[in-house]
Amino acid sequence: MLQPLEPVSAPARIWLGVLFFVLFVAGWAWATLGGYVSPTFLADPVTMVQEGWQLLTVHGFLHDIGMTVWRVVGGFVLAAIVAVPLGVAMGTYKPIEAFLEPFVSFARYLPASAFIPLLILWAGIGETQKLLVIFIGSVFQLILMVAVTVGNTRRDLVEAAYTLGANDWGIVRRVLIPMSAPGIAEILRLVLGWAWTYVIVAELIGSSSGIGHMITDSQALLNTGQIIFGIIIIGLIGLISDFLFKAANRRFFPWSLA
Amino acid sequence: MSKLRIEDVSRTFPPARAGAEPTRALLPVNLSVAENDFITILGPSGCGKSTLLRIVAGLDRASTGRVLLDGKPVTGPGPDRGMVFQSYTLFPWLSVIENIAFGLRERGMPVDQRQKIAQSWCERVGLAGFEHHYPKQLSGGMQQRTAIARVLANDPSIMLLDEPFGALDNQTRALMQETLLGIWERERKTVLFVTHDIEEAIFLASRVIVVSARPGRIKAEVPIDLPYPRHYTIKTEAAFSALKARLTEEIRAEAVIAATAR
Repeated sequence: MLQPLEPVSAPARIWLGVLFFVLFVAGWAWATLGGYVSPTFLADPVTMVQEGWQLLTVHGFLHDIGMTVWRVVGGFVLAAIVAVPLGVAMGTYKPIEAFLEPFVSFARYLPASAFIPLLILWAGIGETQKLLVIFIGSVFQLILMVAVTVGNTRRDLVEAAYTLGANDWGIVRRVLIPMSAPGIAEILRLVLGWAWTYVIVAELIGSSSGIGHMITDSQALLNTGQIIFGIIIIGLIGLISDFLFKAANRRFFPWSLA
Repeated sequence: MSKLRIEDVSRTFPPARAGAEPTRALLPVNLSVAENDFITILGPSGCGKSTLLRIVAGLDRASTGRVLLDGKPVTGPGPDRGMVFQSYTLFPWLSVIENIAFGLRERGMPVDQRQKIAQSWCERVGLAGFEHHYPKQLSGGMQQRTAIARVLANDPSIMLLDEPFGALDNQTRALMQETLLGIWERERKTVLFVTHDIEEAIFLASRVIVVSARPGRIKAEVPIDLPYPRHYTIKTEAAFSALKARLTEEIRAEAVIAATAR
């Protein structure tokens, strides 16, 4: 039944994927409803759903979700606007790479969350600070990954374009960028996932709205049901954004999949 | 006046690390190509024949000497020297017809005009019906047909081909040779074609240049006086076999040197 690298059929793939979720929830229900874990530490699934419903209907949790999504998208878009052109420039022109690469490589390891106290000092506890956390967390990663993708463009394609009459600018615009576009889209998808981690951390400290803020509030009340509901919502939104990204890639870059 | 003049062109690659010997890829080469010539450059692998072609294309720099095209020295790559590579170099995000029109677009030609030229070349290389396919959906032979059409649509002064059929199977390769020869017989382009396949070199060329094992130099120039248009059946004729026997001897000696040198 299990053979190395043997493909699995499409329906079986879906069923197996769903099966794990079912087993996971079943194990959770068994541990909590069966009384093996104290409800103080871990709410059971039923309580979680009830708490979630409460959050949505009574406490205006939809607003929190909206705020968090807005922050992630805002900070991430800002980072992408800065990082993609810089990354393309670095990947294309080696002197620019030599100039920026050491610093960006260093800055990449600066933990975005450690900047939060400083950012509060500089930008207050408003939206600017939240956006900056996400910006700092994703911009350096994006720059480096885009630069590597562009730099790895097949050399013979560039040479072919030159012998067809392309000038340097034509090489950048009509060879390097279109060739790297699917790779860049994939990088954006990946780093957006990381941006979700930063937004929650940013909201845990000095925030009055957002999913992270709700989680801190619930922690004070020991409401593990709400915390888990919040975490699950984050996971679901991540799953949806991933799906949208993949659909967009299929739409815009059919040549890379054919 | 000759179309292309290669004057004392040599290439030495700097040593890979300090203290090592520099690699002499090509000893000074002199070659003159007349308008409408079909020259094949034949040599064992690693003999520097591709280096020579890349220098003509402007993709590599000569250590000494110079290349003149229509009397003007070559300083870098340009659309007057279209090149077909051994590797598949179609732009994967462009359809067949967009690939063929690439050079025309770089030149700033209006869409409908370049579309017309590209369409016509698409048909002339036998790709009618595949205009809107992506390169990934094509066989190797069809990809190289597109690459040839892409160069010809640009109407280059000379066409450079670097083992373009090297990665194809024998049957496809034979068909591609016939296609290329047919185009050349009709369009009368000047062609420089690098190969290590003796039969291919004879079948296509009006003149075969034999390059020695590394460091490369021109070992022999063999005019091929077989009449055009050539039919594939020519490959079994006595005159063809005699040429093949002669070139086999020339190349074999070099291949032995190349094989024992490494």
